[in-house]
Amino acid sequence: MINISKKLSVSTAPFLKDKDTTPKIMMTVVYTLIPIVLVSIFYFGLGALLVTLTAVLSCLFTEWLFNKPDNRLKSLKDGSGLITGLLLALTLPPGFPLWMVFIGGMIAIGMGKAMWGGLGQNVFNPALLGRAFLQSAFPTAITTWSPPDGRYFELRGTNAAFPFFQGKNIDTITSATPLAKMKFDHLPTDIMDLLLGATGGSLGETCAILLLFAGIYLLVKKIINWRIPLSIILTVTVFSGTFYLLNPEIYPSPVFMILSGGMLLGTVYMATDLVTSPLTPKGMWIFGIGIGILIVLIRNWGGLPEGVMYAILLMNAATPLINRFTKIRTYGHKK
Amino acid sequence: MSSTTTYSGKTYTFNHGVHPKEFKELSSHCQIQRMPFVDEYTLPLGQHIGAPSKALVSKGDKVKRGQKIAEAGGFVSVALHSPVDGVVSEIGLFDYPNGMALPGIKIKTDPYSTQRMEEAPIDLESLDTKGFISAVQDAGIVGLGGAAFPSHVKFAVPEGKECKYIMLNGCECEPFLTADHRVMVEHPEEIIDGILILNKYLNAEKAYIGIEANKPDAIEALKAVASTSDFPIEVVALQVKYPQGAEKMMITAILGKEVPSGKLPLDLGVLVANVGTIKALSNYFRKGQPLIERVVTITGTAIKNPANILVPIGTQMKEVIELCGGVTNDAARILLGGPMMGAVQKSLDVPVVKGTSGILILGKNEVKDIEEYSCIRCGKCVDACPLFLNPSMMGLLAKKGLWDEMLEYNIMDCFECASCSFVCPSGIPLVQSFRVAKGFLREKAAREKEEST
Repeated sequence: MINISKKLSVSTAPFLKDKDTTPKIMMTVVYTLIPIVLVSIFYFGLGALLVTLTAVLSCLFTEWLFNKPDNRLKSLKDGSGLITGLLLALTLPPGFPLWMVFIGGMIAIGMGKAMWGGLGQNVFNPALLGRAFLQSAFPTAITTWSPPDGRYFELRGTNAAFPFFQGKNIDTITSATPLAKMKFDHLPTDIMDLLLGATGGSLGETCAILLLFAGIYLLVKKIINWRIPLSIILTVTVFSGTFYLLNPEIYPSPVFMILSGGMLLGTVYMATDLVTSPLTPKGMWIFGIGIGILIVLIRNWGGLPEGVMYAILLMNAATPLINRFTKIRTYGHKK
Repeated sequence: MSSTTTYSGKTYTFNHGVHPKEFKELSSHCQIQRMPFVDEYTLPLGQHIGAPSKALVSKGDKVKRGQKIAEAGGFVSVALHSPVDGVVSEIGLFDYPNGMALPGIKIKTDPYSTQRMEEAPIDLESLDTKGFISAVQDAGIVGLGGAAFPSHVKFAVPEGKECKYIMLNGCECEPFLTADHRVMVEHPEEIIDGILILNKYLNAEKAYIGIEANKPDAIEALKAVASTSDFPIEVVALQVKYPQGAEKMMITAILGKEVPSGKLPLDLGVLVANVGTIKALSNYFRKGQPLIERVVTITGTAIKNPANILVPIGTQMKEVIELCGGVTNDAARILLGGPMMGAVQKSLDVPVVKGTSGILILGKNEVKDIEEYSCIRCGKCVDACPLFLNPSMMGLLAKKGLWDEMLEYNIMDCFECASCSFVCPSGIPLVQSFRVAKGFLREKAAREKEEST
């Protein structure tokens, strides 16, 4: 009985470990994204599925490509590349050319993450960085929206376009997003349509109610911190609400603001990205309020109908500074 | 197995901290059992922090139970006593729990040795403060919470400082350990008596006893005895949270004040002592029994019969384990102390010493290799650190070997409670790297000091 020393494993304290692991956290996020992907396939059919698969494949491939051989399997296992792929897909229109999606995925992982030193080192949210690249490189393709009309097995838009050639738009029916209607024509969209998702838009921007549920689930599971979503939503409500009250003819209502476009997708999944948001409670408030203000500024007065992406990317850039200025006071030290 | 109950009254606590699984139910209901004498005792001379004791006996000498066999080797040092009647069989180097071989005294037990000791109370009236301090040193009493710091050094309040509050630590926040719990349940009178003896010399305003709410029986037992004392003794129930039993955390929970960085509790007028230590104080002054035995929790998921055992100091650990029925086939790791701050032990052929609070045998389920992933800045460690440090940032700096930069993040304040490593989902060895960094920085500071003089 005493001769058990051969079986002993030796290390230093602590010898107990909480059950959460990084892959588990990442996979929980992935599970919450699956219903959102399914709904987008329900509304946009085959195109949505192809865009999602392409984005995920591209991200995983790039992740594999940029890692040293002995780290390749592990970097795929942590699940972060999968999340980036899914999130990138959810920000794209269903008829987006697949070769562009693939490039977007490579930029997201390559320039958004690998270039900085891999998971945990990046300053910008990789999915949004990929999308920002696509928006500036292919401005027309990324603003061509097909309507959610339940044509499940038809290709839409220019999904099948050949790289670097002007693809023929096989889907002649296009629609405007609720935000564009608001911006350019001051036409509101029915709240029920926004909630359920029967509007034009990117894959993951349409069904607000699902995003709300996913957000609540992640909050309850304590995977995202409540401060960032709350501060964004509060800021947008107060800031846009003030102008709505002043002139409801021109300015959209806060409810419309929150339920339309990438607002909820960005609030739940991108602003709360652990890596690129501040660590300190005070910093989280500053970060969220900043995003909220920028969203309203860009949407109400900017040249683009949508501002969530740039709002988050800009505040991502400010995160290291926010972290530095909101250092927590150490126990037993004066402020 | 008794069900875990919780104290229902008001509880206090500190900010942050973690909630590891407690595992206390394995042994919390086990009454303290006295360990029978074994054939041999190994008594290392350096069981405490500070200078080792100096042997007073030589090979072949006959010794009695409770006889002083080594005297203090300086002020920060204590005496050592024989736990049995017997003969000194060897003076030499013996394996010590930390893996080194240290000088010690081996005693062969007289087969007719009896556990009864003649009671020889010490006359407190004739002792002044100085006499009290040296009596405590002579009793071999050290902090029984695990650090084994000589108690008389703590009790010798330096001039200009004042002890306003005596605070007893009965938190026992480490998972698995139940030794203090049983001492509080079974010996509340001796603990309260120890406080009164100590206060004769410290003249404090009040005493507190901090106990985690998962020991309602201990809270009730001490409350009942404390209420009979004229000196105000308040039993404070504390929330079950790790590291509630850290000195600073307990002071903050009870007084609502923070111990300033780099200062001692005494700067806030607080003297903290473990409940077992104070019981040992009472045992010495009332019965004349020096520190020759202590309560040790033998537990873990791979021990046959978990128990709390009153073990004579110097008993080989394997004898104690055998008394508990041995280990199961599942055994995978031996720990001394709790699983959060304790140390792995490679062999059971070492003696139980004054600082041994528990021997844990963990099963395969509790011993898993942890795969390390990149830091995802989830902030769990920031929310866990009881000192509001930023382990995430310090971990990144440590990985790059930027020790000096870690100073700016107050690395030296870290008392290595390991909450950060416990919560880290990426399995990053945070506290482990902080230990290395602190050692390096301490060495560097010492080197610089040497060079400048």
